Amino acid sequence: MKWPNVSPSMQNEQPPEAIVLVRDLWMTFAGKRRDEQIHVLESVNIDVSPGEFVCMVGPSGCGKSTLLNIIGGFLTPTRGQVIVEGLPVTGPDRRRIFVFQENGVFPWLTVEQNIGFGLSRLALAERNNVIAHYVAMVGLHGFERSYPRELSGGMRQRVEIARALAANPDIIYMDEPFGALDFLTRLKMRADLIRIWQNEKKTVLFVTHDIEEAVQLADRVLVMSQRPATIRDVVNVDLPRPRDIDSREYLQTRDRIFQVMGMDIHTGIAKEPGSPPGPDSIDQRRKVGSDAATTGA
Amino acid sequence: MMGSTLQEPSPTVTQTTQAPPRRSADGIAWQKILLPAGVAIVFLLGWDAAVRLSGTQIFPKPIDVAKGIAELARNGVLLKYIVASLFRVTCGFLAAVLVGVPVGLLLGWFGTAFDAFNPMLQIFRPISPIAWIPVAILWFGVSDLAPIFLIFLASLFPIIVAAIAAVQNMQQVYVRAARNFGLSRVQLFRRVILPATLPQILTGIRIALGVAWLVVVAAEMIAVNSGLGYLIIDARNAGRRYDLVVAGMVMIGVIGLILDLLVRQLEKFDEVRWGYGTR
Repeated sequence: MKWPNVSPSMQNEQPPEAIVLVRDLWMTFAGKRRDEQIHVLESVNIDVSPGEFVCMVGPSGCGKSTLLNIIGGFLTPTRGQVIVEGLPVTGPDRRRIFVFQENGVFPWLTVEQNIGFGLSRLALAERNNVIAHYVAMVGLHGFERSYPRELSGGMRQRVEIARALAANPDIIYMDEPFGALDFLTRLKMRADLIRIWQNEKKTVLFVTHDIEEAVQLADRVLVMSQRPATIRDVVNVDLPRPRDIDSREYLQTRDRIFQVMGMDIHTGIAKEPGSPPGPDSIDQRRKVGSDAATTGA
Repeated sequence: MMGSTLQEPSPTVTQTTQAPPRRSADGIAWQKILLPAGVAIVFLLGWDAAVRLSGTQIFPKPIDVAKGIAELARNGVLLKYIVASLFRVTCGFLAAVLVGVPVGLLLGWFGTAFDAFNPMLQIFRPISPIAWIPVAILWFGVSDLAPIFLIFLASLFPIIVAAIAAVQNMQQVYVRAARNFGLSRVQLFRRVILPATLPQILTGIRIALGVAWLVVVAAEMIAVNSGLGYLIIDARNAGRRYDLVVAGMVMIGVIGLILDLLVRQLEKFDEVRWGYGTR
């Protein structure tokens, strides 16, 4: 790791092996009314090691998507710092590719044109090689010339993942990428994602509201609280892959996260008051936020 | 690929953009060809009967109009005037596309520019192109430039408005993805904003071409002495030849239909078809 702006003596509390460092991050949105402020994030601290698969789970609308957008450089935090690969984040960067919740595949381009979107700097032959490699990796062989509208939702999400991988980023940020898919497709996409991650050795930050998904995927699960969100607990998932979702260890890990989030796994009843579910998109969060704020959170 | 392809429907199953096969080929032939042809024949018969019953000596029967078109075609006037009208429409319309698309995209993208220019735009927009005819003659005289200018003005506003709306309604995820891949401003416009807005812009262009074809006729009635508009006003003024007046009207209608069909073909390209829902 390079630390161009940090003298060795200052590295004490920053593990030098961390690729993503979030330090004392706060985020406040302006509400509907002029004097209203919605506190979304409160003093969030995160360390991610290179090659690690980290999931962030939390209740819907808690701000985890906002957090990932700040780390990705799409939003500026109210306070605090995000340091990625040794440098403060000032905006999106082609070395860290975001996979969007609402699917950012370009509908006017074919599958192979989408996957090659970030490769315009490469020579044509090399570019075609890279495209072919990632088409095969995500299992879209035979659909190179298809347009996104001709594909199923799962296939479109594969195109976006392939487009992210083809750009050869160091880190991939994934914001509930499988949220809109049906149950079986989701299971298969998770298995494929793990297989690809094991091949590619990328660092992955993955936001989800699905605890099962987090435990199936992650090395480490960051459990977030209700808004204003903080990291409530960090759960290491030391289970071999592919993971047996019936094993005792798996179920224990899963139930522990449920407990941290204040839910009883068997009844679904919240053990703590004040956990209203809500939509999680950035656009809607402000609305939900102001509602919650007026009811006196 | 691991596992089965159970959850991956083949693309033939998910082709939601194709029109469903509704009825048999015979049924389509009936509804798409024979039925409208029947309506047209009834219209022509009704027109013919109305002229005969009223005993008018001025208004032509359909057969007189057909003879009039044949006469115009024989003496070469028809082709010459069609070419003249199409030439003016092409010049004015293309100029409007070349100016309107970039201006609309920029006004849609830069909020400050939009706030600065939009009120002025909204004042100019409702002024009928016909109202500009005296000004056009003052500036350009009796020449091709006057109708070309009028057509340019008339088609400019639908294109600008469509382009502005297209940028403002664009899905933000495309812009964010593009920024993530490190595109420059120019690349962002060429590789993302233009293709993302093209379907809506094309709809504006289709409306603009319709307006342009309306305006060329009006402009030619006043500002020049050739073209289909001039044909109509000249046939009326020199000898009250209403068969030729209606012949000119029929040609305008037919050519307008052809122009619209041509622009509609553009909407079938894969680069824009995603933007038109399931039709």
